[in-house]
Amino acid sequence: MIKLEDLCRNFQVGDQVVHALDNINFEITSGEYVSIMGPSGSGKSTLLNVLGLLDSPTSGEYRLDDISTATMEDDDLAAVRQSKIGFVFQSFHLVPRMNAFENVELPMVLAGLAPAERKRRVESALERVGLAARLDHRPDQLSGGERQRVAIARAIVMAPTILLADEPTGNLDSQSGQEIVDIMEDLNRQGLTLIVVTHDPAIGRRSGRQLGMQDGRVSTDSDDEQPGRTAEL
Amino acid sequence: MRFADTNRIAIGAIVRYPLRTAMMLLATSIGVGSVLLLTSLGETARDYVTGEFQALGTRLLVVFPGKTETSGQMPGSLTGTVERDITLDDARALYRSPHVELLAPIVVGSMPVSYGGLERDTAVLGTTYDFLHIRKWKMALGEFLPDVDMDRAPPVCVVGKNVRTELFGTKSPIGEWLRVGGRRCRVSGVLATEGTSLMIDANEIVIVPVAYAQVLYNVRGLFRIIIQATDRGDMAAAKRDIAEIIKQRHYGQEDVTVITQDAVLATFDGIFDTLTLALAGIASISLIVAGVLIMNVMLVAVSQRTREVGLLKALGATRRQIIALFVSEAIFLASFGGAAGLALGYIVAAGLRAAFPGYAFMPPTWAAVMAFMVALACGVFFGILPARKAANLDPIAALAGRQA
Repeated sequence: MIKLEDLCRNFQVGDQVVHALDNINFEITSGEYVSIMGPSGSGKSTLLNVLGLLDSPTSGEYRLDDISTATMEDDDLAAVRQSKIGFVFQSFHLVPRMNAFENVELPMVLAGLAPAERKRRVESALERVGLAARLDHRPDQLSGGERQRVAIARAIVMAPTILLADEPTGNLDSQSGQEIVDIMEDLNRQGLTLIVVTHDPAIGRRSGRQLGMQDGRVSTDSDDEQPGRTAEL
Repeated sequence: MRFADTNRIAIGAIVRYPLRTAMMLLATSIGVGSVLLLTSLGETARDYVTGEFQALGTRLLVVFPGKTETSGQMPGSLTGTVERDITLDDARALYRSPHVELLAPIVVGSMPVSYGGLERDTAVLGTTYDFLHIRKWKMALGEFLPDVDMDRAPPVCVVGKNVRTELFGTKSPIGEWLRVGGRRCRVSGVLATEGTSLMIDANEIVIVPVAYAQVLYNVRGLFRIIIQATDRGDMAAAKRDIAEIIKQRHYGQEDVTVITQDAVLATFDGIFDTLTLALAGIASISLIVAGVLIMNVMLVAVSQRTREVGLLKALGATRRQIIALFVSEAIFLASFGGAAGLALGYIVAAGLRAAFPGYAFMPPTWAAVMAFMVALACGVFFGILPARKAANLDPIAALAGRQA
């Protein structure tokens, strides 16, 4: 469902061109659980932004569900993000003035869904992350783990096919982190494609497939270590 | 995104930042309130001045001796060198016009009047029986001047309220002899009408027959003639007739001025329209200032909420939706401020009315509507730039809290 071909993303820093992503090629099939690991500056966050259609590649091709994203306008990209992609961020990114219910409801409000339908879906999403009892709590009344659960509920409420998580446990203690990972893996088992950026090897090891990033390139891909395939180096 | 949801989110943001909201409401309401107050001042001045002239009655014409050219001064009364007096015969001749219903010649001046041991200076006005009906004055006691030919000078007089109390105290003045100048006349009545109109104070006056006043002051000419036309629609014809009759009697010279209430009112109306508009314009500047403040505050709101904008973009918000959210927030702030300003304006105006009874101090409806509309327009206009800034944010940078 995700296919990257010779994908590059360059940034102009002063008069220098930085190759944040340098000729990336890989495919991710539906339902996979992929972790992307690598040191800071290796390009893993840029890769996630490109996958999430928040950033556009400088060159190369990104095909999502066999559709080229290169020619899409801003509003087309927004529509794809809305329907197919859920985001989970390291710092949660909940709207502080809205309670848990309203935060989870937000993507559906933007999509213009009817209030009754929204209520049904919010309740079911919060149920799935085990937070059904805290609908009316604002983010500052929730613990870090609970906030991240609200964020996950928000990410899945539009029934996306891909869940992109950028260091989802980075701001959490190990106990809460483990719970968040469990929830996401549970969602993955139910068919959601899960792509996690992390530099925690413990989490990385749990995934079905690990991509290692180095200097804007994919340095290791656990799939390629299987017999009969060659690493792309 | 549904309209109701856009509004709900915008209101949510307004409620969430109470200090910011209070400042915006204050600025906008001062702007709207000052438009209301300044225009109500203009309207009050207009009401005061036109009210003075309205007292003339709509069918009234006034004839002054002397012809002013386009000097813009009050005809005859201040500077005009009078060629020829207007006489009682001139006044009587005016009845030849079918458009003249009633007229009253007027001679006015100041004289010492006394009763018993008390003496005071007061305005002594000579006129005829019809004066009472033309001016629609009322009598408190007794009768007005007798209905006799204007040449006759029976020694009777009518006194104003203050003259009565100062000279006669609580005693009834009817039938008493009042000394006016060097002569005596019998008091036949007391005026009920109070207040000043056309520079004549009904409280401080003694009214005598016009021929009597001519003798008192030793003059032949009249100060003016006030005329009531038969019909409001005939004012122009009446004015033409009067000018023509006097011209014939004055050997072909047009040496009098005829004014109508309409003409005077039209002039003042024009002046006060301009004045009120100018005041509204001045006050509108404070609305524009409020608008600029709205813009600044919304720009601050955008930078405060950069991460939120990034999140909205990640969640699939379009540019249009983000603009709608921020513009509707600005519109809500402006309209709440506008409503507060209307309340402020009307409350202060009510306070002024209580403090200065007798003056209108009523903000005109058009000013209220205009001020509110301008406030709304400011909200839209000054809300668009910050909203576009928000919509143009790069989602990745915005999520990281950067505006680059």
